[in-house]
Amino acid sequence: MTEQTLGTQVAERRAPEAGTLVASLRAVYIIWYRDLLRFTRDRFRVLVSLVQPLLYLVIFGTGLSSSLGGGGGGAFGGAGLDYKQFLYGGVIGMTILFTSIFSAMSIVWDREFGFLKEILVAPINRSAVAVGKTLGGATQAMIQGGILLLLAPIAGVKLTVLSVLELIPLMFITAFALTAVGVALASRMRSMQGFQGMMNFLMMPMFFLSGALFPLAGLPAWMTVLTRIDPLAYGIDPIRRVILGGSGVPSQVTDKLAITVSGQPLSILEEASIVLVFGLVMLGLAIYNFRARD
Amino acid sequence: MIKVHGLVKKYGEFEAVKGIDLDVREGEVFGFLGPNGAGKSTTISILCTLLKPTAGDVEVAGLDVVKHPDAVRHRIGLIFQDPSLDDQLTARENLEFHGFIYGLPAAVRKERIAEVLEMVGLADRAKSQVKTFSGGMKRRLEIARGVMHHPEVLVLDEPTLGLDPQTRNHIWEYLHDLRKREGITLFMTTHYMDEAEFSDRIAIIDQGKIVAQGTPDELKAQVGGDVVTITADDAEALAEEVDRAFHVAAQVYGSQVRIEVPDSATFVPRLVRELSAPVKSLTLSRPSLDDVFLKLTGHAIRDEAAGQLDQWRNMAQMWGGRRQR
Repeated sequence: MTEQTLGTQVAERRAPEAGTLVASLRAVYIIWYRDLLRFTRDRFRVLVSLVQPLLYLVIFGTGLSSSLGGGGGGAFGGAGLDYKQFLYGGVIGMTILFTSIFSAMSIVWDREFGFLKEILVAPINRSAVAVGKTLGGATQAMIQGGILLLLAPIAGVKLTVLSVLELIPLMFITAFALTAVGVALASRMRSMQGFQGMMNFLMMPMFFLSGALFPLAGLPAWMTVLTRIDPLAYGIDPIRRVILGGSGVPSQVTDKLAITVSGQPLSILEEASIVLVFGLVMLGLAIYNFRARD
Repeated sequence: MIKVHGLVKKYGEFEAVKGIDLDVREGEVFGFLGPNGAGKSTTISILCTLLKPTAGDVEVAGLDVVKHPDAVRHRIGLIFQDPSLDDQLTARENLEFHGFIYGLPAAVRKERIAEVLEMVGLADRAKSQVKTFSGGMKRRLEIARGVMHHPEVLVLDEPTLGLDPQTRNHIWEYLHDLRKREGITLFMTTHYMDEAEFSDRIAIIDQGKIVAQGTPDELKAQVGGDVVTITADDAEALAEEVDRAFHVAAQVYGSQVRIEVPDSATFVPRLVRELSAPVKSLTLSRPSLDDVFLKLTGHAIRDEAAGQLDQWRNMAQMWGGRRQR
């Protein structure tokens, strides 16, 4: 027996059994890595997904900004805040939302095309599958959102190094929470047909109620309630406040945009914590769904 | 290598598997045959720990599938009925993923990938995306992946479904070669009766029950004897003579006389010696597994690829199973 084959056999015996932390981390890593590999391979999709935010910013933003009278007053604080500047953070949030949910949907895709079986029969912890998928989708969404930071000049905002450093974790937890929602749902979905329903009944309402397109202040009571239970609202607001703050918009103005609870605006940290906790609960649900076997 | 005792699987009220016993020995090729909906896919899902049995004991490689699912998963390789490759990734990336998820260290991964790609003749396509592969190539890659972690049992669910005959033959060459070199146990289902002939032993399942188990020859013996076909100018006269001299029923089809006998080895020499009527040719055929199947179940196994609908149904059964329990 040569030394090499001996080495192989020893290594084989040492192959980690599932359930150990190392084995689970390896599984999380490779599932995350596969998602990224597919993402980078699909450059066309990355480009196409930039079209929608551009349309919103350039056409919708410019149009509405003009009809609102440029640096007009009203909800925009009367402090020279342009609608496009306001919209920018919302468009980043929108991109993160769509990318997160779409990437989570790859589970349904994998199920339909068989690859999910390869993962499910592997000797790994099912929880690792849910975590790997969530992190993989979140990373993709964050990259997409990050690319949008290059569009800052179009929106008429300035990004400082500090604000970018603050934006990265904020974007990540938002992406994480939304992907976790997607994974929790996709793990129960048996076919692509369910996807259309989810678009109409979950993604679009979440988007419209998030404050991506208009401030959440001064809305009718019923709508205020709906916006308060939209997790995306708590994700977009801090992103927007960091961006505007970095561009020199005074905090009295940005605070007026913030989500208020009994009249008091929430701090960025509080909002981010809400998103993170929500994301962790959703991840728990996703793990539960994946573990439920037969 | 695989021991199944009293296995029952119920989906709600419906009993898909009604208490079956199987005993697959180490190193053999075991064929698991049955029509669609007979309980094949359910049984396979339980063997690979994707479904939990309702009752009964199932042991794979000496390990209980319910108590040690992860250890069982390490010891089995699976080749599914439907493709399960990521076709955005290259052949090598698919194998990397598999090696990684089965916990093979980097050096071993590299070695095994080279080894299995060589085995299935895809070494030169390692860097091609799987979406550029033909059906046969994909299936070969799946076989490579299935054996990459050196499983003790390879479970194949319709490994050659939908492939052309030439590709089917190739796949079988790989599988036999593999078995010779690695001493691996093969457990497979198939619709193709000619492929079932390659098995050392066969179990036939119908409506959730095992209706027969044994070597192909043993099963064929159950049909009762061999078929002797004689071609002659005067078939009628020949048939009469056979009737008179040997007291067996001879049927005439045109210029052919067909005789069913329990033991052709002693019958044919006697026939040739004692027959006075001229014989043009004589062929001896054994009953096929199709005949066996027909006799045991009263209906023919469908000898063609499962329809799209059946595939969907199988998938729905596999994936929807957990909700119905």
